[in-house]
Amino acid sequence: MPALPFPDSVPLSWYLILSAVLFCLGIAGFVYRRNVITVFMSIELMLNAVNLTFITFSYKLKHIDGHIFAFFVMVVAAAEAAVGLAIILTVFKNRHTLLIDEVNTLKW
Amino acid sequence: MNFLLISLIKTAVVLAVLLTGLAYLQWIERKVLAHIQIRVGPYRVGPHGLLQPLADVIKLITKEGFVPSHVNKLFYFMAPWLAVTLALISIAVLPFGPQIEVFGQKTFMELTDLRIGILFVLAVSSVGVYGVALAGWASNNKYALLGGLRSSAQMISYELPMALAIAAPLLLVNTLSFREVVNAQEGYWLGFIPRWNVIPECVGFVVFLVASFAETNRVPFDLPEAENELVAGFHVEYGSMKFASFFMAEYANMITVAAVATLLFLGGWTPLFPAPYSNVIPVLLFAATGLLLLIAGTAPARRMDKYTFPVVGVISLGIALIFGVSFLVPVVQTILMSLFWFLAKLLVILFIFIWIRGTLPRFRYDQLMRFAWTILFPIAMANLLLTALAVAWTTK
Amino acid sequence: MTPFFFIILAGFAVFCAISLVSQTHPIASALSLVGVMGALAVLYLQLGAEFIAAAQMIVYAGAIMVLFVFVIMLLNAGAEQEARRVSRLARFTGMLLMAVFLGIISLTIQAQFPKMGGVTFGAWVGGTAQEIGVLLFTTYLLPFEVTSVLILIALVGAIVLARKEI
Repeated sequence: MPALPFPDSVPLSWYLILSAVLFCLGIAGFVYRRNVITVFMSIELMLNAVNLTFITFSYKLKHIDGHIFAFFVMVVAAAEAAVGLAIILTVFKNRHTLLIDEVNTLKW
Repeated sequence: MNFLLISLIKTAVVLAVLLTGLAYLQWIERKVLAHIQIRVGPYRVGPHGLLQPLADVIKLITKEGFVPSHVNKLFYFMAPWLAVTLALISIAVLPFGPQIEVFGQKTFMELTDLRIGILFVLAVSSVGVYGVALAGWASNNKYALLGGLRSSAQMISYELPMALAIAAPLLLVNTLSFREVVNAQEGYWLGFIPRWNVIPECVGFVVFLVASFAETNRVPFDLPEAENELVAGFHVEYGSMKFASFFMAEYANMITVAAVATLLFLGGWTPLFPAPYSNVIPVLLFAATGLLLLIAGTAPARRMDKYTFPVVGVISLGIALIFGVSFLVPVVQTILMSLFWFLAKLLVILFIFIWIRGTLPRFRYDQLMRFAWTILFPIAMANLLLTALAVAWTTK
Repeated sequence: MTPFFFIILAGFAVFCAISLVSQTHPIASALSLVGVMGALAVLYLQLGAEFIAAAQMIVYAGAIMVLFVFVIMLLNAGAEQEARRVSRLARFTGMLLMAVFLGIISLTIQAQFPKMGGVTFGAWVGGTAQEIGVLLFTTYLLPFEVTSVLILIALVGAIVLARKEI
């Protein structure tokens, strides 16, 4: 790690690296887990990591457009969570399972 | 360094006053409920039951704190801690008075003033839902789970009308920080009508009060935690200190929403009439109470009151004397007057909470949810719309 | 002061994210995600985005995650049914390659933005509600109205999907 530019501030790249780490952990959860709700929560983790990147660049460019974009990401995540969880509930009612490997009637 | 020291002193004072106030709020509630139901309430432990909160605290602390074997240990311990922490944190952004200067240090009568203070209170009450939901789920008990889910669903349903009712006076004052909301309510129309937000926003005030009954799980919305429904709901598996934590969290939430209603709608610490004339009101009030008690103490209805009434009467006259003497010291007078008006309005709203508890029956759960979504939410939205139209027409 | 809080908050966020990915019970994963969102909200406050921090706690941690927790409690999703489907070699290789990928990304970011100046709490106070409101209702008015229609669609869709078939 390089030295801090000033003793009192955090380098901006650290925020971006934190965002990349959270995004990769979200991808790991999405790929490895079988429970559909945990997969969905990993997607939300990825969206949060992207929000952090937006806010960081908004700080650097001193423009508030990054905040607006983060706000819209939150709104879309809310809508997606509502519909996604309703779909999960319906699948659970019909298939009686929450594991994505067992919802495979469209496979050959 | 100075700032840190002053903040620590203010935190200690606010915490001490708050925790004592919580205990005695419970005493006030039991006495008022009892007198509404034509009985006496706590009477034996200390004069007129004044030491009853102390007895309750000792009982709750020394009870055996058993943990059932079938609970999920991590969440079982986390839930009351979360509820109490969040309930106490939201007091930090509420101001009690204007800027004062004590021993040469200028400071505000609050712990902190965030530029987004109102959003902070809303955020803390949103996350406070987790304490209830986790308590219900960790108890591994179907009644507790049902009670916890119903209570959390009720809390999140009533957050919407509460937020809309808060948004309406914010349109009038154009700021999100509590101190500026109160500063915008100073001044008087026609010289004597205070410029409080409750006068243009009476519907919003009523919506906010109703929504805050539901947010704090008070009657008539206390189905999820009533003693005779669902075996007391989400805190059925909790004993001694953890149950006391939930109790404390509920009363702290009550104080918080009553304080938010005071600051947003009733003008915070601004007095009812213009300043020089309204400074005599506390003196008159306490002196009249003291004299009344002294006169009634000569021929009391109960034998104990031959001693208690004169004592309380003398204390009341002493407080009137303190208010009177403070006329000579303006700094102390500012502090005392702001605290007096703030506490008076806060106690009026808390009395309304307790009064409604003693008067109304409780809602059934589906009636409660239907009321939130089909009646209260449209009223709050219509109120916001009308306020927005009025503001748009009058500021051009 | 800011680097101290950043390290604590970033460590807490990464710890909660790892806990989200590796816990067996969905409730523990949901609460870890709430922990990540809380840490991120304080990081937004450090970056001067006070309105977005409050919106994150109110909307994301206080409403969306409560919805997740409700669904997990209602479906009574159990804990121990997660038999690993991938072989241990594949899992190990995957994590190794991910660590390599993260290392390359970090070096690229450090090389691209070395002299960017630091982040200090309080250096930029432009994230107030007023500025966001002005932009939201003037420049970005069309996306704002479209998202309100989007929320209406999501609302109707969720109610239709989740109701009982009579």
